[in-house]
Amino acid sequence: MGGKTVSLVIAGSGGAGVVTAGSLLLEAAARAGWYAYMTRSSGPQIRGGEAASMIRLATEPVASHDDAYHVLAAIDWENIDRFAAEIPLGPDSVIIADPDAGEIPVKIAGMGARRVDLAMKSIAQGIGGGRPNMVALGAIGAMIGLDDTCMLEVLHEQLKRKGEAAIEASIAAYRAGMIAAEGFPAVPRLDRPEAPFPERWSITGNEASGMGALRGGVRFVAAYPITPATEVLEWLAPALPKVGGVLVQAEDELASINQIIGASYGGVPSLTATSGPGLALMTESLGMAVAAEVPIVVVNVMRGGPSTGIPTKSEQSDLNIAVYGLHGDAPHLVLAPTSVADCLFTTQWAVHLAEALQTAAIVLSDQAMGQARAVIPRTAAIAFIGQREKPDTAVEAGEYRRYALTASGVSPMAVPGMAGFAYTADGLSHSESGSPSSQASHHGEQLDKRLRKLTGFDYGEHWADISGDDDAEIAILTWGSCTGPVREALSRWQDSGGRAKVVAMRLLSPVQTDKLDAALVGVRRTLVVEQTHSGQFHRYLRAQYDLPGEVRALHHPGPLPVRPGEVIEQLSQWR
Amino acid sequence: MDSRATVQQLSAKDYKSGVKPIWCAGCGDFSVLAAITRALAVMQLPPEEVAVVSGIGCSSRIPAYTSVYGFHGVHGRALPIATGLKLARPDLTVLVTGGDGDGFSIGGNHFLHACRRNVDLTYVVMDNQVYGMTKGQASPTTAPDWEGSKLTPDGAGINPFHPLVVALASGANFIARCSSSDPKNVAAMIVEGVRHPGFSLIQVLSPCVTFRPEQQDWKRMVRTAVVDFTDDPARAARRLMTDDGFNVGKVLYKGNREPFQAEAAASLQVDELEADFTVGG
Repeated sequence: MGGKTVSLVIAGSGGAGVVTAGSLLLEAAARAGWYAYMTRSSGPQIRGGEAASMIRLATEPVASHDDAYHVLAAIDWENIDRFAAEIPLGPDSVIIADPDAGEIPVKIAGMGARRVDLAMKSIAQGIGGGRPNMVALGAIGAMIGLDDTCMLEVLHEQLKRKGEAAIEASIAAYRAGMIAAEGFPAVPRLDRPEAPFPERWSITGNEASGMGALRGGVRFVAAYPITPATEVLEWLAPALPKVGGVLVQAEDELASINQIIGASYGGVPSLTATSGPGLALMTESLGMAVAAEVPIVVVNVMRGGPSTGIPTKSEQSDLNIAVYGLHGDAPHLVLAPTSVADCLFTTQWAVHLAEALQTAAIVLSDQAMGQARAVIPRTAAIAFIGQREKPDTAVEAGEYRRYALTASGVSPMAVPGMAGFAYTADGLSHSESGSPSSQASHHGEQLDKRLRKLTGFDYGEHWADISGDDDAEIAILTWGSCTGPVREALSRWQDSGGRAKVVAMRLLSPVQTDKLDAALVGVRRTLVVEQTHSGQFHRYLRAQYDLPGEVRALHHPGPLPVRPGEVIEQLSQWR
Repeated sequence: MDSRATVQQLSAKDYKSGVKPIWCAGCGDFSVLAAITRALAVMQLPPEEVAVVSGIGCSSRIPAYTSVYGFHGVHGRALPIATGLKLARPDLTVLVTGGDGDGFSIGGNHFLHACRRNVDLTYVVMDNQVYGMTKGQASPTTAPDWEGSKLTPDGAGINPFHPLVVALASGANFIARCSSSDPKNVAAMIVEGVRHPGFSLIQVLSPCVTFRPEQQDWKRMVRTAVVDFTDDPARAARRLMTDDGFNVGKVLYKGNREPFQAEAAASLQVDELEADFTVGG
């Protein structure tokens, strides 16, 4: 990425208000004309417990965290050890610590950052109703050059319900923090661009997936709560009725997948959202949607696995189940957004493709983008709306064959209410008419058509986002939330005189052999980057594509994100 | 003059697809299929406005044997499919058909919650106390001492599930029991169940002549229930807990709970939701 950036962590125990502080900072940064990317890390407690807001602010759009943080403001040190690995600090970093909160834990102190004292608690206590998190925020604001009028606007707006006294106390605490920060070591300060700024959104990946679903035409959603996908459903719950849609809370994931299949059979584009354990429960019925050719979309927001794994933290390890999890030969769509903002486009495209191809689509989002909040340029509306081919009522009534063998493989799909076109959708192998059949010829021809409709479709340019140097001899293949750090590594590599290209794959299945081959012409070194323990993406690519030249893989499991520096290190060491 | 008088009346035959059932000769499900098509003819429902949804099992084959819209889903999930369909398309009449294994074992959780949710569906369960399609294993309604299965040669050893009591406790709005030996009565119960708002459960004693040949005696064991339906769940529960399972032919319980519905009147364009995200400036 170009432009200037600064990376900040606000950490503390439950009730310290670090999440609130992070959200306020994001909002104020947006008003200052900056862009932002924020993730949270929290322990397993339902309420309270330790938490950290990790924030990166920048003068250009930003899609990942940096290698290290410039500032760690710790309101206290309770259980910080659990996060230490997620908060890399270096000699240029500054730790803002409250001298009354005790010694800096060894794991943090050992990273060699500079330390400054800020008596957040006692300063706050000196202000009626003041809170330590606001003091910390004031110090950070002063250090990074945030125009305090932006923060004051935000405080007035967001604390309106709490009354004038609460607003004044917060402002006083914020100002006290600003004053106390005079003389703190320098960290990058961001310039304020000239107004007017382009219109921007503050949005999470999960909200963006919900918005993409609606833009794509989804009007029925079945919901079973699961971390970290619940916010997709919670955003859709009030939004759907406003646009004439329906959301139902189901009794389990088996019910939610089957409810959306039923609703879609009724002609209404339908979607559910889940995470690994829920996806595992849904796989039998995903296979039925493929066999019965009922369009559905499942947004799977990945977390650490297997089993319950790490529900609150990210990993890309559901790739195998998404691609290979269905029993039988069941060609279907697997797509992955490449950023918080792209959750909107990719989910919308998934609805469009599922409807056009009458099959199941799995959107592999992940916790790192689903629950990340970003300040992004407003995402323009695009034209992809679910369009399902229906039979021509003039010619086909009476002799309708639901699963007719067409050249494209897509057979016109009747919906209940169309007289003369009644048929039974079936997971049993069936003939063109839909009648159950165990004949080899029927089985084979229907398998062929289901594959043909996916492989013959023109997915256009959206199969991948390709950036960097066209004629580079180094290619980095990646996907999902690894795309942000990989692109940042590319930018640094180019800044230091290197040449490379990045292929971030949005369409994971069906494979796009010719397109990837074309994208990799002239490549002599291929680096595959992903966040799994076993290298699932690397193995998938090896099985499906002939990767050119020498191939290396950079992969590690969650919850630690892939950082741009790791990618640079791989490229630098490759001699 | 009533213009409908000129429209040709549909007969039960018009609701049959002509596909030959896979069932054994003498299977109770033939009568239930006949009762379903008869009920649809009684109601004169346009076939395209009816959907029959099922899971897996002998009785779950019914959708393909009708001329209405159908969905033959995976094992145990008929009720969620039907729930999604009815909520997305409230204009349709949605019937659900299946057996005791599909509905009360693998689909047990959905059964509880379909009763609870009270969507306007009519669920016809052909109960023969056995898994027929997999060649004769104990189902949730099988007696604990039935020794006819290779899988549980000493009997299942666990008490049978009582679907009607569970349905009542879970909030079903209409409960009836009938026998496949009286298809006219089954048809009448289906008509009543369809017309009653909310979730209607109709248990049909439907013998499996192949794996439970002794059930052929059911037609002599059943009797028409002597009391009419109640709207009092406590009385209905007492009646269900004390009868021997062979009181048939009548509605046992009719509740007056409002069915679960989803309002779907659009008030905004999708783009107007962008206001949720817009900041700064």
